[in-house]
Amino acid sequence: MSNLNDNFSFNETNEREAEKILAKYPTDRKQSAIMPLLDLAQRQNDNWLSRDVVEYVANFIEIPFIKAWEVVTFYSMYYTKYNGKYLVQVCGTTPCWLRGSDQVAKACKEMISPDQNTLSKDGLFSWMQVECLGACVNAPLVQINDDYYEDLTYDTTKNILQTLMDGKEIKVGSQNGRTSSKAVS
Amino acid sequence: MLKEKDKIFTNLFGDETYSLKSAQKRGDWNNTKSFIKKGRDWIIDEMKKSELRGRGGAGFPTGLKWSFMPKDPALNNYLVVNADESEPGTCKDRDMIRNEPHKLIEGCLLASFAMNAHTCYIYIRGEYFNEAVVLQNAIDEAYEAGLVGKNAANSGWDFDIYIHRGAGAYICGEETALLESLEGKKGFPRLKPPFPANKGLYGSPTTVNNVETIAVVPTILRRGGEWFSSFGREKNTGTKVFCISGHVNNPCNIEEEMGIPLRELIEKHAGGVIGGWDNLKAIIPGGSSVPLIPKNICDSVLMDFDSLTEVKSGLGTAAVIVMDKSTDLVKAISKLSHFYKHESCGQCTPCREGTGWLWRMMEKIGEGNATSTDIDKLLDVTKQIEGHTICALGDAAAWPIQGLFRHFREEIEESLTKIRAA
Repeated sequence: MSNLNDNFSFNETNEREAEKILAKYPTDRKQSAIMPLLDLAQRQNDNWLSRDVVEYVANFIEIPFIKAWEVVTFYSMYYTKYNGKYLVQVCGTTPCWLRGSDQVAKACKEMISPDQNTLSKDGLFSWMQVECLGACVNAPLVQINDDYYEDLTYDTTKNILQTLMDGKEIKVGSQNGRTSSKAVS
Repeated sequence: MLKEKDKIFTNLFGDETYSLKSAQKRGDWNNTKSFIKKGRDWIIDEMKKSELRGRGGAGFPTGLKWSFMPKDPALNNYLVVNADESEPGTCKDRDMIRNEPHKLIEGCLLASFAMNAHTCYIYIRGEYFNEAVVLQNAIDEAYEAGLVGKNAANSGWDFDIYIHRGAGAYICGEETALLESLEGKKGFPRLKPPFPANKGLYGSPTTVNNVETIAVVPTILRRGGEWFSSFGREKNTGTKVFCISGHVNNPCNIEEEMGIPLRELIEKHAGGVIGGWDNLKAIIPGGSSVPLIPKNICDSVLMDFDSLTEVKSGLGTAAVIVMDKSTDLVKAISKLSHFYKHESCGQCTPCREGTGWLWRMMEKIGEGNATSTDIDKLLDVTKQIEGHTICALGDAAAWPIQGLFRHFREEIEESLTKIRAA
C-alpha cells in the first residue's frame, strides 16, 4: 500500500499525460477532465484514491474538493480503499448467472477470501461481485484489473487465480479457445 | 439468412487486424471526401432513405434525429457517441470498437459533418479499457493519415475526435446523464426539454448516437440508403448485430437481417437452445430492460422493432437472453431488479426507493415467502415507478417484472401455494 498520499502529485510521465487529457476539452471546461484525471491518479496510487489524492486532482483543475468527491463516490470504478495488487470483479448479472457465475464466485471465495472486498491472506488479491461487465456472449467472466477473462468454469477460474498467484502470465480473453465472440462450431 | 457480401461488419470477430491498412482493404475510408462533397442534405437524405433506426435501444429514426440539429455555422455543435454499453445481455459495440474501429471513426466524421459538428466525443464505458486503447490507436492512425483533424480526409472539413472513458455507471448510457458525466459531474439525467439537439454538451446543440448507429453510416452512404432499406421490412430495415447469450449451445454475436425469426436466429447461429427448442422457457429479446416473452411467442416472433412491440416486448439493443426450462425465472428477474437497484442514480424518489423495494419483494417471492396479494402490490408499485421519473431507468426496472407476471403469474402462484402447504 502506498504511503505517499500525504504529498501526492503526478509523476513526470503522468503530468504530461494530464496535459494531454486537459487538451481534449475546451479550456474553460477543465472539470470535464476530472474522470480521466482521477483514473490517472488512481493508477499512480496503487489503484485507490485517498482523500489527499482527490484533493490534489480537485486543485489541479481548480474545482472545490466536494465536487471531486461527489464524482469519486458516484462511479463504481473509483476505489476509496486499497484492493490488493489484483482486483477480481465477478459479473453476477443474469446472462452470467445463467451460465454459472455462482461457480466463478465460489472459486474466488475458496482461493481469495470467503468474503468479498476483503484482502487475501498474502494481501495481493481481493474479489467483488459486480453488475454487468458487457461481454455477455462470453459469460461467465471476470475482470482482473484491466483485463477480461471469459467463458469461465469453476476450474478455469481457479486455474487463472493460481497462475497469477504463482506470478505467471495468463492469456487474456476467452478461456475455452474460441476467438472473441464468434460461435464455437 | 444474410449473405456474406451484405454484411457490414466483415471483421466483427477480429479475424483480421483492426489497423488502418487492414480496414482500408475492407473498404473503409475509401473516398470518404466524395460523400462530404455531396453535402449535408444529401447525407441526411440517404440516412432517411435507409430508414435506419437508432441501435442503442430506443429505435428513433436516425436521419430525422440528425435533421433536428441547428444549421447555424456560428454554433458549436457536437456529436457524442454513446459507447457506454452496459445493458445486460449487450456486447455488440465492444466488438465493433475493438475489431472495426475505423468504421466508427469514419462514421463519426460523416455524421459530424452532416450535423455541422467539428468535434466528436466517444464516451466509452470505463471497464472497456483494452477496447479504449484499441480505439485510441485507431484514432491516432487516422490523425497521422490525415483522415481526421484539419481538413479531414481532404474534405475541407476540420474535425477533432476524442475518447472519454466512463467509470462504471449504467445510468451514463442515458444520453443526458452521459453529457453530465462528460462535463465532469455525477451522472444525473437532465430534465427534458431542453433536448440535447438544442442544449446539450456545454449548452451547445448535441446529438448522441449509439456506436452501431454511427458505424453503419459509411456503408450506408457507399452502398446507398435503398440498399440498406432492402433488408427487413418497412420501418424495420437494415442489418443488425444480435447478441445471443444464456442457455444456447454456442453463445455469440452475429450480424443478421432485421426481422429474422427469433427461432431461426438462435438455431442457425447459436447452435440452438440447450436441450432443444422444446426445452425453452422464455427469452428476453432486447436486453434486460424489455419484458420477457414465453416460448409460445418465441416460436414465431420476428426480431424487429414493431414485431416485438406487438407482443408487448421490444427489440431494445437486440440482446437475446435465452432461458431454458431449468431456469428459476423469479431469480433471473430478481437479479435484474438488483441490477436496477444498484444502478439507480438516486435523483428521483420513485426510482431510488422503488427499485430497492422491487428487488426485496422479488427476493421474498423467490424464497416462497409471499402471497397473491404481495404480487398485486408489487405490480402496483411497478406502475407507480413507471412514467414517474426523469429518465427511463424507472421504466426499465418496472418492465421485466411486469413481463414476468404477465406470462408466468399462474405458475409462480402455484409454486407459492405448494410451499405454503408444505
